[in-house]
Amino acid sequence: MTEQTPSGVIHDIGYRKYDGARLGRARVARALYAHSLRGAYGLGRSAKAKVLPMLLLGVMCLPAFIIAVIANVTSTITAELPLPYSRYVVVTQGILTIFVAAQAPASLSRDLRFKTVPLYFSRPMERTDYVLAKFAALSTALLMLIAAPLLIMYVGALLAELPAWEQTSDLLLALLGAVVFSVVFAGVGLLIASLTARRGFGVAAIITVFALSFAAVSALQGIIRYEVEDIDLAGWLGLLSPITLADGFQTWVLDASSSAVAPPPGAAGGVVYVLVTFAVIGACWALLNLRYRKVSA
Amino acid sequence: MSSLGRTRCVAPRRYRRAVPVIQTEELTKRFPATTALDQLTIDVEPGVVGLVGANGAGKSTLIKILLGLSPATSGRASVFGLDVVKDGPKIRERVGYMPEHDCLPADVSATEFVVHMARMSGLPADAARERTADTLRHVGLYEERYRPIGGYSTGMKQRVKLAQALVHDPEIVMLDEPTNGLDPVGRDDMLALIRRIWAEFGITVLVTSHLLGELERIADHVVVIDAGRLLRSSSTSEFTRTSQFLVVELTAETDAVAATLAEQGLTVKRDGAQLVLSLDDEAIYDVVRDAVAAHGVGLIRLEQRRHHISEIFGAEPADD
Repeated sequence: MTEQTPSGVIHDIGYRKYDGARLGRARVARALYAHSLRGAYGLGRSAKAKVLPMLLLGVMCLPAFIIAVIANVTSTITAELPLPYSRYVVVTQGILTIFVAAQAPASLSRDLRFKTVPLYFSRPMERTDYVLAKFAALSTALLMLIAAPLLIMYVGALLAELPAWEQTSDLLLALLGAVVFSVVFAGVGLLIASLTARRGFGVAAIITVFALSFAAVSALQGIIRYEVEDIDLAGWLGLLSPITLADGFQTWVLDASSSAVAPPPGAAGGVVYVLVTFAVIGACWALLNLRYRKVSA
Repeated sequence: MSSLGRTRCVAPRRYRRAVPVIQTEELTKRFPATTALDQLTIDVEPGVVGLVGANGAGKSTLIKILLGLSPATSGRASVFGLDVVKDGPKIRERVGYMPEHDCLPADVSATEFVVHMARMSGLPADAARERTADTLRHVGLYEERYRPIGGYSTGMKQRVKLAQALVHDPEIVMLDEPTNGLDPVGRDDMLALIRRIWAEFGITVLVTSHLLGELERIADHVVVIDAGRLLRSSSTSEFTRTSQFLVVELTAETDAVAATLAEQGLTVKRDGAQLVLSLDDEAIYDVVRDAVAAHGVGLIRLEQRRHHISEIFGAEPADD
């Protein structure tokens, strides 16, 4: 506020033109990314919007803290963490599911419900920029949700003087796996959220898809593996749920400890898991873009 | 405004353009069931331009094509000389758009929302905040701007919608039915605000309405479309600004006063009990006052009257 009119009414200083910088598409998309990422944790939104994501972050970190404490207490007996880094996501997948179910609709359905979308598309950004910013923001939010407890465990492991090199490489592999989990979760969650302007529908649909598919796949895998005694078929079934799919991916590619009832069957199975994982991510991206090409402006 | 004939709006020199701001050439848009635009060819020059037509006449469709949001079936359109198909992002950087429908999230304040929209137009964070404060003040939102939009009246919501279209200081704003849903007072306020956008801010306005009457009050130029076809494109100044009359009604001695006014060189017509003077100059008010005072009669009525575009359209068609 440097310009001032010397006389006249205080409240009317007249219209001032804007001659400052106008940032291009890329910077606008980055601003939307930052805005959406903050929004996923309720920052810049109402106090009510902060409660759930912060609570989930706390719940997510609590077991990691307990694991870190146990590691320190038992460090004289064992040189390993009670739970490997790479299994943490699957153990806490319920929390991730709730986070996606709450935040994906908050990110997309909200703009659809209030018909804010045309305001974005009448500005310099393209529709793909909008999808990319929202996708990247929710993926990052999920990655942070997974990475936080892993880092707590890592600090605990170092304090317990567990082998530092082994712990570091395990953590890095688990973080790579976390990236896959985050992108798969965000993609599937956003795709469902983009189909409804009603937040409640979005929440219910996402929980149903994640929880139901995981429960069904795990139960079937158990029956087929132990009753039918066909471990390969049980392994293939893991492709049908986002959680077991990403878990299979990290089991085969990153040599992580599997949490699924049955791991991907052999090398061929591993390759298929990888291809299907990328196909799912690509399909979510393509369908989201298709969806937003159709959103009336 | 003193002369007859064509008057141009006075604006800072950088806004006087030789080229039209918007041009369309045989623009056609067909939907499976209907033809929204049918070979529409118009030129829009700087100023306030009213786009009038019944609901479904193709007004919103035209705006969407101009913003590059919806492809035309055939024909061409350009904004600032930029092609809407090829240069959509460049055009959208310099245009503000206020949609007809609700588009505001209920759970954030006007300030937060407009800051975000300013950033989405490419303004850096500091500039976005500063211009949001300025713009909300210009559209007349004060203390309430910190409260969630969900609790606003229709009039306040329309102001927020207008603010998000203006916050990045565009060169042209496209306002789709900005007076929809407003009561008569709110309507007048909104129209005055739209007039200021051009007169004070120097931003060209393309404003749509299904009411011809309200646009004639603020527009320099009115384009009437019907079923996607151009019905008429004419400068309002030719009809209204320069054809204003002053109606005088007196308690007595009407003829004597008329004679006095005629002596002063005014064109006076008798219309029943009233005198109708052509209002060429503000000084006429003084002449009338003096003449009436000199005769010592009472003044019952002294009011401006002008032709309405609707009358003119009905009576004497004239192309621009």
